Amino acid sequence: MTTATAPSARRQAVRRWGGLALATAAWWALYLANEPFWNWLIGGVIGLDLNSRLGSGVHFFFFDTVKIALLLIGIIFLVTVLRSFMTVERTRALLGGKREGVGNVMAAGLGVVTPFCSCSAVPAFIGFVASGVPLGVTMSFLIASPLVNEVAIALLLGLFGPGPTLMYVGAGLVIAIVAGMVIGRLKLERWVEPFVFETKLRGQVINSTVGLTWDDRIQMGIEEVISILRGIWPYLLVGIGLGAAIHGWAPEDFFATYAGPDNPFAVLIAVLVGVPLYSNAAGILPIVDALYAKGLPMGTLLAFMMATVALSVPEMILLRRVLKPKLIAVFVSITALGIVAVGYLFNAVL
Amino acid sequence: MNIKILGSGCNNCINLEKAAKQAAAELGIEATFEKVTDYADIASYNIMRTPGLVVDEQVVLSGRVPTVSQVKEILAPLAV
Repeated sequence: MTTATAPSARRQAVRRWGGLALATAAWWALYLANEPFWNWLIGGVIGLDLNSRLGSGVHFFFFDTVKIALLLIGIIFLVTVLRSFMTVERTRALLGGKREGVGNVMAAGLGVVTPFCSCSAVPAFIGFVASGVPLGVTMSFLIASPLVNEVAIALLLGLFGPGPTLMYVGAGLVIAIVAGMVIGRLKLERWVEPFVFETKLRGQVINSTVGLTWDDRIQMGIEEVISILRGIWPYLLVGIGLGAAIHGWAPEDFFATYAGPDNPFAVLIAVLVGVPLYSNAAGILPIVDALYAKGLPMGTLLAFMMATVALSVPEMILLRRVLKPKLIAVFVSITALGIVAVGYLFNAVL
Repeated sequence: MNIKILGSGCNNCINLEKAAKQAAAELGIEATFEKVTDYADIASYNIMRTPGLVVDEQVVLSGRVPTVSQVKEILAPLAV
């Protein structure tokens, strides 16, 4: 038996890691060829002047679409494979019995690495709170999870480099920790729907990662890339289209005049616009990129993006099942205030 | 066999139900299907990611949509 399976297992491993290596090489080649290719096609073959409005707009659109798609594919795949070692169940076990403070810090960190989508926010909230994780700690997790997400990390890294990406991750964690601690201190348990505390958890907790092979994890990575791209491509194309329009056509000082470094209310306005706006990082960042090129400061733009991805009306409607409107209002205000503060801080220090 | 699909009615739950029904049919298992959409009921099964699959009150899967053959692997030993 062992003599029969050993060579086939080795063949499988060679196929798996060889395939992965080939895919990585192809990814790099495409990434490096992206800019020269569009320069050649749009500037050379089609003959548009790349410094003209039309030329730079068209070039921006195609170059950015390919670049962003490549970054998304690479980072979503990597993150999904890494996250397949983590589960919400394990996160809850780690948070059980943790005091506030330490618990909030851990919850925010785990919110970033745990595989989680906002569609599961309600069952996760009940599962955490009903098993004794403090409300404030649970909120730190629920704030960090959408606020610091892999799509935003991929795009920030590609468009602005590691500096702003680290700032974004750090700021997101601090906001989630502080907002959760404040909610915990305010003792707002009375504004949670009572059934949450009355829910009796029965049944065995199943560990969905037991028995996952590397092939399964790679398969999950591929499926996640496809499912995320399928969900966000309309946002992405609209975002890049708007970005290209801003890039090529908006008057040079239009945005800088109204939302530039001289306007003390710019961050506040950016957050107020961003909160009700429902989009995701993929739709917002191409616009952020174009606005940055037009002279808007990074703090204002990061605040705008965070407000858009962290707080949305559909999520509030979902959370209404477990939180009373007063608690939702507190949650939105504290998170929004945190984002505003971060925006002003970045504008001041950069 | 009693099979419950846990989830608030998103696409994932519909796909899971399809996969489960097809798997049961292919295995020739007689099963009753139930949908659990109430959040309190879903949470009481101690799952934190939807959709969830429950067979005779046992949670057998949560958080992802399996293929038909994966559901068959889960259901086959439980049918005996």
